[in-house]
Amino acid sequence: MNYVFDIMGPLLEGTGVTIQVFLITLVLSVPFGLCLALLRISRFRVVSGLVNGYIWLMRGTPLMLQMLFIYFALPFVPVIGIRLPDFPAAIVAFVLNYSAYFAEIFRAGIQSIDRGQYEGARVLGMTYTQTMRRIVLPQVIKRILPPMSNETITLVKDTSLIYVLAMNDLLRAARGIVQRDFTTTPFVVAAVFYLVMTLVLTMAFQHLEKKYAVYDE
Amino acid sequence: MPSTMSNMNAPMIHAQDIHKRFGALEVLKGVSLDIGKGEVVAVIGPSGSGKSTFLRCLNHLETINRGRIDIEGESLVTTDAHGVFHYVPDVDVRRICGKMGMVFQHFNLFPHMTVLQNVIEAPITVKGLRSEAIIPKAEELLRKVGLLDKRDSYPSRLSGGQKQRVAIARALAMAPDIMLFDEPTSALDPELTGEVLRTMRELAEEHMTMLVVTHEMAFAREVASRVVFMDAGEILESRPAKELFASPEHPRTKAFLENML
Repeated sequence: MNYVFDIMGPLLEGTGVTIQVFLITLVLSVPFGLCLALLRISRFRVVSGLVNGYIWLMRGTPLMLQMLFIYFALPFVPVIGIRLPDFPAAIVAFVLNYSAYFAEIFRAGIQSIDRGQYEGARVLGMTYTQTMRRIVLPQVIKRILPPMSNETITLVKDTSLIYVLAMNDLLRAARGIVQRDFTTTPFVVAAVFYLVMTLVLTMAFQHLEKKYAVYDE
Repeated sequence: MPSTMSNMNAPMIHAQDIHKRFGALEVLKGVSLDIGKGEVVAVIGPSGSGKSTFLRCLNHLETINRGRIDIEGESLVTTDAHGVFHYVPDVDVRRICGKMGMVFQHFNLFPHMTVLQNVIEAPITVKGLRSEAIIPKAEELLRKVGLLDKRDSYPSRLSGGQKQRVAIARALAMAPDIMLFDEPTSALDPELTGEVLRTMRELAEEHMTMLVVTHEMAFAREVASRVVFMDAGEILESRPAKELFASPEHPRTKAFLENML
Protein backbone atom coordinates (compact mmCIF):
# COMPACT_ATOMS: atom_id res chain seq x y z
CA MET A 1 0.00 0.00 0.00
CA ASN A 2 2.88 2.30 0.84
CA TYR A 3 4.22 1.64 -2.62
CA VAL A 4 0.97 2.90 -4.15
CA PHE A 5 1.37 6.16 -2.21
CA ASP A 6 4.96 6.43 -3.35
CA ILE A 7 4.03 6.30 -7.03
CA MET A 8 0.99 8.55 -6.60
CA GLY A 9 2.92 11.74 -7.34
CA PRO A 10 3.94 11.04 -10.94
CA LEU A 11 0.63 9.27 -11.67
CA LEU A 12 -1.37 12.28 -10.50
CA GLU A 13 0.83 14.53 -12.58
CA GLY A 14 0.11 12.32 -15.59
CA THR A 15 -3.59 12.42 -14.76
CA GLY A 16 -3.36 16.20 -14.82
CA VAL A 17 -2.03 16.11 -18.37
CA THR A 18 -4.71 13.60 -19.39
CA ILE A 19 -7.49 15.75 -17.92
CA GLN A 20 -6.13 18.88 -19.59
CA VAL A 21 -6.06 17.27 -23.01
CA PHE A 22 -9.52 15.85 -22.40
CA LEU A 23 -11.14 19.08 -21.24
CA ILE A 24 -9.57 21.39 -23.82
CA THR A 25 -10.47 18.98 -26.61
CA LEU A 26 -14.04 18.65 -25.38
CA VAL A 27 -14.60 22.38 -24.92
CA LEU A 28 -13.28 23.18 -28.40
CA SER A 29 -14.50 20.27 -30.49
CA VAL A 30 -18.15 20.33 -29.40
CA PRO A 31 -18.81 23.84 -30.81
CA PHE A 32 -16.58 23.13 -33.82
CA GLY A 33 -18.47 19.89 -34.39
CA LEU A 34 -21.78 21.73 -34.24
CA CYS A 35 -20.58 24.27 -36.80
CA LEU A 36 -19.35 21.49 -39.08
CA ALA A 37 -22.70 19.71 -38.76
CA LEU A 38 -24.60 22.87 -39.73
CA LEU A 39 -22.29 23.38 -42.72
CA ARG A 40 -22.62 19.72 -43.65
CA ILE A 41 -26.43 20.04 -43.96
CA SER A 42 -26.11 23.33 -45.83
CA ARG A 43 -27.96 23.74 -49.11
CA PHE A 44 -24.72 24.86 -50.73
CA ARG A 45 -23.30 21.74 -52.33
CA VAL A 46 -19.71 22.99 -52.32
CA VAL A 47 -19.81 23.72 -48.60
CA SER A 48 -21.38 20.42 -47.61
CA GLY A 49 -19.06 18.58 -50.00
CA LEU A 50 -15.97 20.15 -48.45
CA VAL A 51 -17.11 19.32 -44.94
CA ASN A 52 -17.94 15.81 -46.05
CA GLY A 53 -14.42 15.39 -47.39
CA TYR A 54 -12.94 16.77 -44.19
CA ILE A 55 -14.94 14.33 -42.07
CA TRP A 56 -13.88 11.46 -44.30
CA LEU A 57 -10.23 12.45 -43.91
CA MET A 58 -10.42 12.80 -40.14
CA ARG A 59 -12.37 9.62 -39.51
CA GLY A 60 -10.52 7.68 -42.17
CA THR A 61 -7.00 8.04 -40.80
CA PRO A 62 -5.66 7.11 -37.35
CA LEU A 63 -5.64 9.85 -34.75
CA MET A 64 -2.06 8.89 -33.95
CA LEU A 65 -1.04 9.48 -37.54
CA GLN A 66 -2.75 12.87 -37.50
CA MET A 67 -0.88 13.80 -34.35
CA LEU A 68 2.46 12.70 -35.79
CA PHE A 69 1.73 14.60 -38.97
CA ILE A 70 0.91 17.84 -37.19
CA TYR A 71 3.95 17.58 -34.95
CA PHE A 72 6.57 16.33 -37.40
CA ALA A 73 5.34 17.05 -40.92
CA LEU A 74 3.38 20.28 -40.63
CA PRO A 75 6.54 22.42 -40.24
CA PHE A 76 7.59 21.34 -43.74
CA VAL A 77 4.28 22.05 -45.46
CA PRO A 78 4.62 25.14 -47.69
CA VAL A 79 2.67 28.31 -46.79
CA ILE A 80 0.83 26.96 -43.73
CA GLY A 81 3.97 25.31 -42.37
CA ILE A 82 4.21 25.94 -38.64
CA ARG A 83 6.18 24.27 -35.90
CA LEU A 84 4.02 23.55 -32.86
CA PRO A 85 5.30 22.45 -29.45
CA ASP A 86 4.09 19.03 -28.33
CA PHE A 87 1.08 20.06 -26.23
CA PRO A 88 -0.52 22.43 -28.78
CA ALA A 89 0.19 19.91 -31.54
CA ALA A 90 -1.66 17.22 -29.61
CA ILE A 91 -4.58 19.55 -28.92
CA VAL A 92 -4.86 20.59 -32.57
CA ALA A 93 -4.91 16.96 -33.68
CA PHE A 94 -7.48 15.96 -31.07
CA VAL A 95 -9.75 18.90 -31.82
CA LEU A 96 -9.59 18.35 -35.59
CA ASN A 97 -10.33 14.66 -35.15
CA TYR A 98 -13.03 14.86 -32.50
CA SER A 99 -14.83 17.75 -34.22
CA ALA A 100 -15.41 15.39 -37.13
CA TYR A 101 -16.95 12.72 -34.90
CA PHE A 102 -19.06 15.22 -32.98
CA ALA A 103 -20.18 16.75 -36.28
CA GLU A 104 -21.62 13.42 -37.38
CA ILE A 105 -23.39 12.97 -34.06
CA PHE A 106 -24.90 16.45 -34.31
CA ARG A 107 -25.88 15.92 -37.93
CA ALA A 108 -27.67 12.67 -37.14
CA GLY A 109 -29.45 14.43 -34.28
CA ILE A 110 -30.48 17.44 -36.33
CA GLN A 111 -31.71 15.32 -39.21
CA SER A 112 -33.75 13.15 -36.85
CA ILE A 113 -35.94 16.14 -35.95
CA ASP A 114 -39.28 16.00 -37.75
CA ARG A 115 -39.84 18.44 -40.61
CA GLY A 116 -43.04 19.48 -38.90
CA GLN A 117 -41.01 21.18 -36.17
CA TYR A 118 -39.41 23.46 -38.75
CA GLU A 119 -42.80 24.20 -40.31
CA GLY A 120 -44.39 24.81 -36.94
CA ALA A 121 -41.68 27.34 -36.14
CA ARG A 122 -41.82 28.86 -39.59
CA VAL A 123 -45.53 29.61 -39.56
CA LEU A 124 -45.00 31.35 -36.22
CA GLY A 125 -42.58 33.69 -37.99
CA MET A 126 -39.34 32.29 -36.64
CA THR A 127 -36.15 32.65 -38.67
CA TYR A 128 -33.81 29.73 -39.40
CA THR A 129 -31.47 30.82 -36.62
CA GLN A 130 -34.31 31.18 -34.10
CA THR A 131 -35.70 27.81 -35.14
CA MET A 132 -32.34 26.13 -34.66
CA ARG A 133 -31.59 27.82 -31.36
CA ARG A 134 -35.00 27.57 -29.71
CA ILE A 135 -36.69 24.57 -31.31
CA VAL A 136 -34.31 22.14 -33.01
CA LEU A 137 -31.07 22.12 -31.02
CA PRO A 138 -32.68 21.78 -27.57
CA GLN A 139 -34.39 18.63 -28.85
CA VAL A 140 -31.20 17.44 -30.53
CA ILE A 141 -29.32 17.56 -27.22
CA LYS A 142 -31.72 15.09 -25.66
CA ARG A 143 -31.41 12.71 -28.57
CA ILE A 144 -27.62 12.75 -28.85
CA LEU A 145 -26.80 12.29 -25.16
CA PRO A 146 -26.15 8.52 -25.49
CA PRO A 147 -23.72 8.79 -28.45
CA MET A 148 -22.08 11.86 -26.88
CA SER A 149 -21.54 9.89 -23.70
CA ASN A 150 -19.87 7.14 -25.75
CA GLU A 151 -17.65 9.56 -27.59
CA THR A 152 -16.46 11.49 -24.55
CA ILE A 153 -15.59 8.28 -22.73
CA THR A 154 -13.58 7.23 -25.77
CA LEU A 155 -11.86 10.60 -25.65
CA VAL A 156 -10.67 10.00 -22.07
CA LYS A 157 -8.95 6.84 -23.19
CA ASP A 158 -7.69 8.23 -26.50
CA THR A 159 -5.70 10.86 -24.61
CA SER A 160 -3.18 8.08 -23.92
CA LEU A 161 -2.11 8.38 -27.57
CA ILE A 162 -0.17 11.55 -26.80
CA TYR A 163 2.69 9.36 -25.60
CA VAL A 164 3.87 9.30 -29.24
CA LEU A 165 4.81 12.96 -28.78
CA ALA A 166 6.70 11.93 -25.62
CA MET A 167 4.18 13.67 -23.38
CA ASN A 168 3.74 12.34 -19.87
CA ASP A 169 0.08 11.46 -19.62
CA LEU A 170 -1.29 9.02 -17.06
CA LEU A 171 -0.52 5.87 -19.05
CA ARG A 172 3.02 6.90 -20.00
CA ALA A 173 3.73 7.88 -16.40
CA ALA A 174 2.54 4.46 -15.27
CA ARG A 175 4.63 2.71 -17.90
CA GLY A 176 7.70 4.63 -16.85
CA ILE A 177 7.32 3.39 -13.29
CA VAL A 178 6.65 -0.17 -14.46
CA GLN A 179 9.89 -0.18 -16.40
CA ARG A 180 11.82 1.36 -13.48
CA ASP A 181 10.46 -0.83 -10.67
CA PHE A 182 9.69 -4.09 -12.49
CA THR A 183 6.16 -4.29 -11.08
CA THR A 184 2.79 -4.00 -12.81
CA THR A 185 1.09 -2.32 -9.87
CA PRO A 186 1.24 1.14 -11.56
CA PHE A 187 -0.86 -0.26 -14.45
CA VAL A 188 -3.55 -1.35 -11.99
CA VAL A 189 -3.51 2.07 -10.33
CA ALA A 190 -3.72 3.76 -13.75
CA ALA A 191 -6.69 1.55 -14.66
CA VAL A 192 -8.46 2.63 -11.49
CA PHE A 193 -7.76 6.29 -12.35
CA TYR A 194 -9.28 5.85 -15.82
CA LEU A 195 -12.27 4.07 -14.33
CA VAL A 196 -12.87 6.90 -11.89
CA MET A 197 -12.70 9.49 -14.69
CA THR A 198 -15.12 7.58 -16.91
CA LEU A 199 -17.39 6.93 -13.95
CA VAL A 200 -17.67 10.67 -13.34
CA LEU A 201 -18.55 11.16 -16.99
CA THR A 202 -21.07 8.34 -16.99
CA MET A 203 -22.78 9.80 -13.96
CA ALA A 204 -22.78 13.29 -15.46
CA PHE A 205 -24.46 11.99 -18.60
CA GLN A 206 -26.97 9.96 -16.61
CA HIS A 207 -27.81 13.12 -14.72
CA LEU A 208 -28.35 14.98 -18.00
CA GLU A 209 -30.51 12.19 -19.41
CA LYS A 210 -32.65 12.30 -16.29
CA LYS A 211 -32.95 16.05 -16.60
CA TYR A 212 -34.13 15.77 -20.20
CA ALA A 213 -36.53 12.95 -19.31
CA VAL A 214 -39.12 15.51 -18.11
CA TYR A 215 -40.59 15.43 -21.61
CA ASP A 216 -41.25 12.65 -24.11
CA GLU A 217 -41.47 13.11 -27.82
CA MET B 1 -45.62 50.49 -50.00
CA PRO B 2 -49.34 51.04 -50.53
CA SER B 3 -51.14 52.81 -47.70
CA THR B 4 -53.48 50.94 -45.42
CA MET B 5 -56.43 52.98 -46.68
CA SER B 6 -56.12 51.73 -50.23
CA ASN B 7 -56.11 48.17 -48.92
CA MET B 8 -59.32 48.45 -46.96
CA ASN B 9 -61.36 46.81 -49.64
CA ALA B 10 -58.75 44.31 -50.71
CA PRO B 11 -59.60 40.68 -49.99
CA MET B 12 -57.78 39.08 -47.06
CA ILE B 13 -56.40 36.50 -49.45
CA HIS B 14 -56.15 36.94 -53.18
CA ALA B 15 -54.75 33.93 -54.98
CA GLN B 16 -54.66 34.06 -58.73
CA ASP B 17 -53.75 31.35 -61.22
CA ILE B 18 -51.56 29.39 -58.81
CA HIS B 19 -49.49 26.69 -60.44
CA LYS B 20 -47.42 24.23 -58.47
CA ARG B 21 -45.40 21.29 -59.72
CA PHE B 22 -43.58 18.58 -57.81
CA GLY B 23 -41.17 17.34 -60.46
CA ALA B 24 -43.27 16.24 -63.40
CA LEU B 25 -46.46 16.15 -61.35
CA GLU B 26 -48.58 19.26 -61.67
CA VAL B 27 -50.40 19.52 -58.36
CA LEU B 28 -52.05 22.91 -58.85
CA LYS B 29 -53.22 23.84 -62.33
CA GLY B 30 -54.17 27.46 -62.04
CA VAL B 31 -56.07 27.86 -58.80
CA SER B 32 -57.70 31.23 -58.08
CA LEU B 33 -59.52 32.14 -54.89
CA ASP B 34 -60.45 35.33 -53.05
CA ILE B 35 -61.32 35.30 -49.40
CA GLY B 36 -62.98 38.30 -47.77
CA LYS B 37 -62.71 39.51 -44.22
CA GLY B 38 -64.57 37.31 -41.77
CA GLU B 39 -65.27 34.60 -44.32
CA VAL B 40 -64.96 30.97 -43.28
CA VAL B 41 -64.05 28.97 -46.34
CA ALA B 42 -63.89 25.18 -46.28
CA VAL B 43 -61.85 23.44 -48.95
CA ILE B 44 -63.03 19.91 -49.64
CA GLY B 45 -62.09 17.33 -52.22
CA PRO B 46 -60.55 13.90 -52.66
CA SER B 47 -57.06 13.05 -51.40
CA GLY B 48 -54.39 14.26 -53.77
CA SER B 49 -56.61 16.99 -55.17
CA GLY B 50 -54.04 19.60 -54.14
CA LYS B 51 -56.06 21.29 -51.42
CA SER B 52 -53.36 21.02 -48.74
CA THR B 53 -50.70 22.10 -51.20
CA PHE B 54 -52.79 25.14 -52.08
CA LEU B 55 -53.10 26.08 -48.43
CA ARG B 56 -49.34 25.62 -47.92
CA CYS B 57 -48.60 27.86 -50.90
CA LEU B 58 -50.50 30.71 -49.28
CA ASN B 59 -48.05 31.03 -46.38
CA HIS B 60 -45.01 30.04 -48.37
CA LEU B 61 -44.50 26.56 -46.92
CA GLU B 62 -44.43 25.67 -50.62
CA THR B 63 -43.02 27.85 -53.37
CA ILE B 64 -45.35 28.33 -56.31
CA ASN B 65 -44.22 28.04 -59.93
CA ARG B 66 -46.56 30.63 -61.37
CA GLY B 67 -49.34 32.94 -60.23
CA ARG B 68 -49.94 35.72 -57.75
CA ILE B 69 -50.70 35.85 -54.06
CA ASP B 70 -51.74 39.01 -52.18
CA ILE B 71 -52.39 38.99 -48.48
CA GLU B 72 -54.52 41.91 -47.28
CA GLY B 73 -53.61 43.77 -50.43
CA GLU B 74 -49.88 43.22 -50.15
CA SER B 75 -48.06 41.15 -52.74
CA LEU B 76 -46.35 38.01 -51.53
CA VAL B 77 -45.48 36.72 -54.97
CA THR B 78 -46.14 37.90 -58.50
CA THR B 79 -45.43 36.50 -61.93
CA ASP B 80 -44.05 38.68 -64.70
CA ALA B 81 -44.98 38.68 -68.38
CA HIS B 82 -42.35 36.01 -69.09
CA GLY B 83 -43.96 33.62 -66.63
CA VAL B 84 -41.19 34.04 -64.07
CA PHE B 85 -42.35 34.25 -60.45
CA HIS B 86 -40.94 36.78 -58.01
CA TYR B 87 -41.28 36.55 -54.25
CA VAL B 88 -40.86 39.69 -52.19
CA PRO B 89 -37.67 39.77 -50.02
CA ASP B 90 -37.47 37.28 -47.13
CA VAL B 91 -38.12 39.91 -44.48
CA ASP B 92 -41.37 40.88 -46.20
CA VAL B 93 -42.34 37.26 -46.77
CA ARG B 94 -42.03 36.65 -43.04
CA ARG B 95 -43.97 39.80 -42.18
CA ILE B 96 -46.77 39.12 -44.67
CA CYS B 97 -47.03 35.44 -43.72
CA GLY B 98 -47.12 36.60 -40.10
CA LYS B 99 -50.66 37.82 -40.75
CA MET B 100 -51.67 34.18 -41.05
CA GLY B 101 -51.70 31.56 -38.33
CA MET B 102 -51.61 27.90 -39.23
CA VAL B 103 -52.79 24.69 -37.64
CA PHE B 104 -51.41 21.40 -38.93
CA GLN B 105 -52.80 17.91 -39.18
CA HIS B 106 -50.02 16.62 -36.91
CA PHE B 107 -50.08 19.58 -34.49
CA ASN B 108 -46.32 20.22 -34.63
CA LEU B 109 -46.22 21.30 -31.02
CA PHE B 110 -42.74 21.71 -29.56
CA PRO B 111 -42.32 18.63 -27.36
CA HIS B 112 -39.56 20.12 -25.18
CA MET B 113 -41.77 22.98 -24.05
CA THR B 114 -44.77 23.01 -21.76
CA VAL B 115 -48.17 24.04 -23.08
CA LEU B 116 -47.68 27.60 -21.86
CA GLN B 117 -44.14 27.78 -23.25
CA ASN B 118 -45.45 26.59 -26.62
CA VAL B 119 -47.93 29.45 -26.65
CA ILE B 120 -45.57 32.23 -25.53
CA GLU B 121 -42.49 31.12 -27.51
CA ALA B 122 -43.16 32.99 -30.75
CA PRO B 123 -44.54 36.19 -29.19
CA ILE B 124 -41.33 36.43 -27.17
CA THR B 125 -38.81 35.25 -29.78
CA VAL B 126 -40.38 36.76 -32.87
CA LYS B 127 -42.24 39.81 -31.60
CA GLY B 128 -39.85 40.55 -28.77
CA LEU B 129 -42.63 40.76 -26.17
CA ARG B 130 -41.73 40.41 -22.52
CA SER B 131 -43.05 37.30 -20.84
CA GLU B 132 -44.98 39.36 -18.25
CA ALA B 133 -46.80 40.99 -21.15
CA ILE B 134 -47.71 37.82 -23.00
CA ILE B 135 -48.41 35.33 -20.19
CA PRO B 136 -51.81 36.80 -19.20
CA LYS B 137 -52.86 36.77 -22.85
CA ALA B 138 -51.59 33.21 -23.29
CA GLU B 139 -53.52 32.11 -20.22
CA GLU B 140 -56.62 33.78 -21.59
CA LEU B 141 -56.21 31.85 -24.86
CA LEU B 142 -55.68 28.59 -23.00
CA ARG B 143 -58.83 29.26 -20.98
CA LYS B 144 -60.64 29.90 -24.23
CA VAL B 145 -59.64 26.51 -25.65
CA GLY B 146 -60.39 24.93 -22.28
CA LEU B 147 -56.85 23.92 -21.37
CA LEU B 148 -55.71 26.40 -18.76
CA ASP B 149 -55.32 23.54 -16.26
CA LYS B 150 -52.77 21.97 -18.61
CA ARG B 151 -50.55 25.05 -18.86
CA ASP B 152 -47.54 23.34 -17.26
CA SER B 153 -47.97 19.93 -18.92
CA TYR B 154 -45.74 18.74 -21.73
CA PRO B 155 -47.50 17.95 -25.03
CA SER B 156 -46.78 14.21 -24.71
CA ARG B 157 -49.20 14.16 -21.74
CA LEU B 158 -52.08 15.50 -23.83
CA SER B 159 -54.63 13.74 -26.01
CA GLY B 160 -54.70 14.50 -29.72
CA GLY B 161 -57.68 16.81 -29.34
CA GLN B 162 -55.97 18.69 -26.53
CA LYS B 163 -52.77 18.99 -28.57
CA GLN B 164 -54.70 20.48 -31.46
CA ARG B 165 -56.42 22.98 -29.20
CA VAL B 166 -53.03 24.04 -27.84
CA ALA B 167 -51.85 24.42 -31.43
CA ILE B 168 -54.81 26.71 -32.10
CA ALA B 169 -54.03 28.78 -29.00
CA ARG B 170 -50.38 28.95 -30.05
CA ALA B 171 -51.32 30.27 -33.48
CA LEU B 172 -53.76 32.79 -31.99
CA ALA B 173 -51.11 34.10 -29.61
CA MET B 174 -49.46 35.75 -32.60
CA ALA B 175 -52.70 37.68 -33.18
CA PRO B 176 -53.14 36.65 -36.82
CA ASP B 177 -55.79 38.17 -39.08
CA ILE B 178 -56.30 34.90 -40.92
CA MET B 179 -56.23 31.30 -39.71
CA LEU B 180 -55.29 28.43 -42.01
CA PHE B 181 -56.28 24.91 -40.96
CA ASP B 182 -54.72 21.95 -42.76
CA GLU B 183 -56.94 18.94 -42.02
CA PRO B 184 -56.97 19.76 -38.31
CA THR B 185 -59.00 16.72 -37.27
CA SER B 186 -57.66 14.09 -39.66
CA ALA B 187 -55.10 12.70 -37.19
CA LEU B 188 -57.60 12.51 -34.33
CA ASP B 189 -59.68 9.64 -32.98
CA PRO B 190 -63.28 10.25 -34.05
CA GLU B 191 -64.45 10.97 -30.49
CA LEU B 192 -61.85 13.75 -30.17
CA THR B 193 -62.74 15.71 -33.29
CA GLY B 194 -65.72 17.37 -31.63
CA GLU B 195 -63.71 19.41 -29.13
CA VAL B 196 -61.46 20.76 -31.89
CA LEU B 197 -64.35 21.57 -34.20
CA ARG B 198 -66.11 23.34 -31.32
CA THR B 199 -63.07 25.56 -30.79
CA MET B 200 -62.96 26.32 -34.51
CA ARG B 201 -66.66 27.10 -34.54
CA GLU B 202 -66.18 29.59 -31.70
CA LEU B 203 -63.41 31.21 -33.65
CA ALA B 204 -65.67 31.50 -36.68
CA GLU B 205 -68.37 33.10 -34.53
CA GLU B 206 -65.83 35.76 -33.56
CA HIS B 207 -65.50 36.55 -37.28
CA MET B 208 -62.00 35.25 -37.69
CA THR B 209 -61.16 34.86 -41.37
CA MET B 210 -60.59 31.14 -41.81
CA LEU B 211 -59.52 28.80 -44.57
CA VAL B 212 -60.06 25.18 -43.59
CA VAL B 213 -58.97 22.15 -45.56
CA THR B 214 -61.15 19.41 -44.15
CA HIS B 215 -62.87 16.08 -44.54
CA GLU B 216 -65.49 17.05 -41.96
CA MET B 217 -68.53 17.58 -44.16
CA ALA B 218 -70.73 18.48 -41.20
CA PHE B 219 -68.33 21.24 -40.21
CA ALA B 220 -68.13 22.53 -43.78
CA ARG B 221 -71.89 22.59 -44.06
CA GLU B 222 -72.68 24.14 -40.70
CA VAL B 223 -69.81 26.53 -40.07
CA ALA B 224 -68.34 27.50 -43.42
CA SER B 225 -69.81 30.47 -45.24
CA ARG B 226 -68.43 29.13 -48.47
CA VAL B 227 -67.26 25.74 -49.64
CA VAL B 228 -64.65 25.19 -52.30
CA PHE B 229 -64.50 21.84 -54.05
CA MET B 230 -61.10 20.92 -55.49
CA ASP B 231 -60.24 17.98 -57.67
CA ALA B 232 -57.08 17.16 -59.64
CA GLY B 233 -55.43 20.51 -58.94
CA GLU B 234 -58.39 22.69 -59.88
CA ILE B 235 -61.25 24.42 -58.14
CA LEU B 236 -64.41 23.03 -59.66
CA GLU B 237 -66.93 24.82 -57.46
CA SER B 238 -66.82 27.66 -55.00
CA ARG B 239 -70.24 28.47 -53.56
CA PRO B 240 -72.09 29.17 -50.33
CA ALA B 241 -72.06 26.03 -48.22
CA LYS B 242 -75.80 25.42 -48.23
CA GLU B 243 -76.04 25.73 -52.02
CA LEU B 244 -73.12 23.47 -52.73
CA PHE B 245 -74.34 20.70 -50.47
CA ALA B 246 -77.96 21.02 -51.62
CA SER B 247 -77.30 21.13 -55.35
CA PRO B 248 -73.74 20.41 -56.46
CA GLU B 249 -73.29 21.56 -60.04
CA HIS B 250 -70.28 19.61 -61.16
CA PRO B 251 -70.70 15.84 -61.61
CA ARG B 252 -67.43 15.24 -59.75
CA THR B 253 -68.65 17.28 -56.79
CA LYS B 254 -71.82 15.26 -56.81
CA ALA B 255 -69.92 11.97 -56.91
CA PHE B 256 -67.60 13.11 -54.11
CA LEU B 257 -70.42 14.23 -51.85
CA GLU B 258 -72.38 11.04 -52.43
CA ASN B 259 -69.32 9.10 -51.38
CA MET B 260 -68.74 11.18 -48.26
CA LEU B 261 -72.26 11.45 -46.87
